[in-house]
Amino acid sequence: MMARAWKYGDDINTDVLYPGRYLQLLEPEEMAAHALEDLDADFAGTMRPGDIVVGGRNFGCGSSREQAASALRYAGVGAVVAASFSQLYYRNAINLGLPIVVSPEVVALIEHGDELEVDPAAGVVRNLTRDIVTEVPPLPDYVMQILAAGGLIPFLQDKLKERT
Amino acid sequence: MSGATLAEKLLARASGRDHVGAGEIVVARVDRAMSHDNAALVSRKFAELGPERVWDADRIVIILDHRVPANDIATAEGHQLIRAFARQQELPHFYDVKAGICHQVMVERGHAAPGELVVGTDSHTTTYGALGAFSTGIGATEMAGVWATGELWLRVPETIKVMAEGEFPVGVYAKDLILRIIRDLGADGATYRALEFHGSAIARLSISERMTLANMSMEAGAKAGLVPPDTVTAAYLAGRVERAWEPLLPDDDARYQRTLNYDLGALKPQIARPHSVDNGCDIGAVAGTRIQQAVIGSCTNGRLDDLHLAADVLRGKRIHHEVRLLVFPASIRVYRQALDEGFIADFIDAGALVLNPGCGPCLGAHQGILAPGERAIATTNRNFQGRMGSTAAEVYLASPATVAASAIAGVITDPREVA
Repeated sequence: MMARAWKYGDDINTDVLYPGRYLQLLEPEEMAAHALEDLDADFAGTMRPGDIVVGGRNFGCGSSREQAASALRYAGVGAVVAASFSQLYYRNAINLGLPIVVSPEVVALIEHGDELEVDPAAGVVRNLTRDIVTEVPPLPDYVMQILAAGGLIPFLQDKLKERT
Repeated sequence: MSGATLAEKLLARASGRDHVGAGEIVVARVDRAMSHDNAALVSRKFAELGPERVWDADRIVIILDHRVPANDIATAEGHQLIRAFARQQELPHFYDVKAGICHQVMVERGHAAPGELVVGTDSHTTTYGALGAFSTGIGATEMAGVWATGELWLRVPETIKVMAEGEFPVGVYAKDLILRIIRDLGADGATYRALEFHGSAIARLSISERMTLANMSMEAGAKAGLVPPDTVTAAYLAGRVERAWEPLLPDDDARYQRTLNYDLGALKPQIARPHSVDNGCDIGAVAGTRIQQAVIGSCTNGRLDDLHLAADVLRGKRIHHEVRLLVFPASIRVYRQALDEGFIADFIDAGALVLNPGCGPCLGAHQGILAPGERAIATTNRNFQGRMGSTAAEVYLASPATVAASAIAGVITDPREVA
């Protein structure tokens, strides 16, 4: 997927990714409209499906609210690339089928607006604007299986079928 | 082979193994699964997943607390959906809007015990680590999986040991200690790791104070904040937890990633400045800062001892005429006890507004939203930009004594100066 980078700083927290005032919403399209609202009010209106969100250290710190990951997925974000993730955001992203890449090296080579190609399964990030290809360490096997299934729900549906 | 940390012991038990080591991914059996208002989203995900019945109704606890009573139609519809789900699944542990904050209700009504694995759809689920349970937050989709299977995958965390010796000086409390620890570790200093609390000072802490430490451990990124269970724990649980529980303790030769040492005698009242919990300082650096709102309550500091501390500062005084002081007890039981003790009368006489038990203004959903340019001091656990309302407002975090003293003065005030 070719996509633009939306780059932000360190400690991007769940309150700015998805404000608490919208937690009562249950419909995916309603959630998508508020993605990143208190961080970048222009994001939801101008991002294109497949675009990549790039963060620094401790991306997604704070609440367990999975809307901080699902709102991005519903908006069409292709992947989140960050130097590191909070453990809750990491789990939520995987469980919702939102691909993530953990690499401080890759983040350092991306500027806001760069054209990227991200392939989490192969562990490759291509920065087309700067003509740089970077390999990143793969996610643990178990985690890749969930992502490959499209998230925890399809992953568990397969498992539950096996049991019956 | 070296000995096991408390996190390793707890996750070995939960995964049916003799020993697990930090870094391993295990599939663990859940003892208790807690959700609050976001059970509406969990029940949707559960329906999407497919099973007709939950894995074990007796192990599921749902406690409505985030927006109670409902503040708008969408919230009311969510609560309605949860009530219908609880009836349909015959859940015996469903608490409607009046019980209080989920974490307080879980502990005070015996839904968490030493040795157990508890997961909850709230980041401050780490609170029950105060009892020596492995408890941690998960998302709604993951909870739907737990409701269906009773299992989840967990990476066994490395552990940071926190040693605390000495006694708190006057005006300094458990909240100041955990704010100092987060200031030292940084907001991601314990990410993917557990904190394990030790030392003579920890042994003297009440369960309420231990809950404050475990609750806010996650603000340093920790997956769990653990206090090894002892006689204080056993005394608290007597009459609360009827099922058999078995305490697990770390081995003496357990391997810790690092150790932090604290002498409580040297600790000063702490403040977390906007807009991150690790942006801490001794109170002197911000004393005199004007505030418009003061907030006492939450799963961090809304228990009887917290209200007692605040009432002692406020009794016989009036709050500043330009300050709104909001008090929200952590549960209906705490509220009832605070009435008996006369603390509620102290608050009202001082000019405070006492709210119903629940999450109140902590997460900026209702009951005390801040306008642009306003500043609040709160006993809550998070001060991110926009947390309590406008993104152009500011939240300072502190102990109940500091918040009460500041409400009187109208500016951030060292509680040691008000006694």
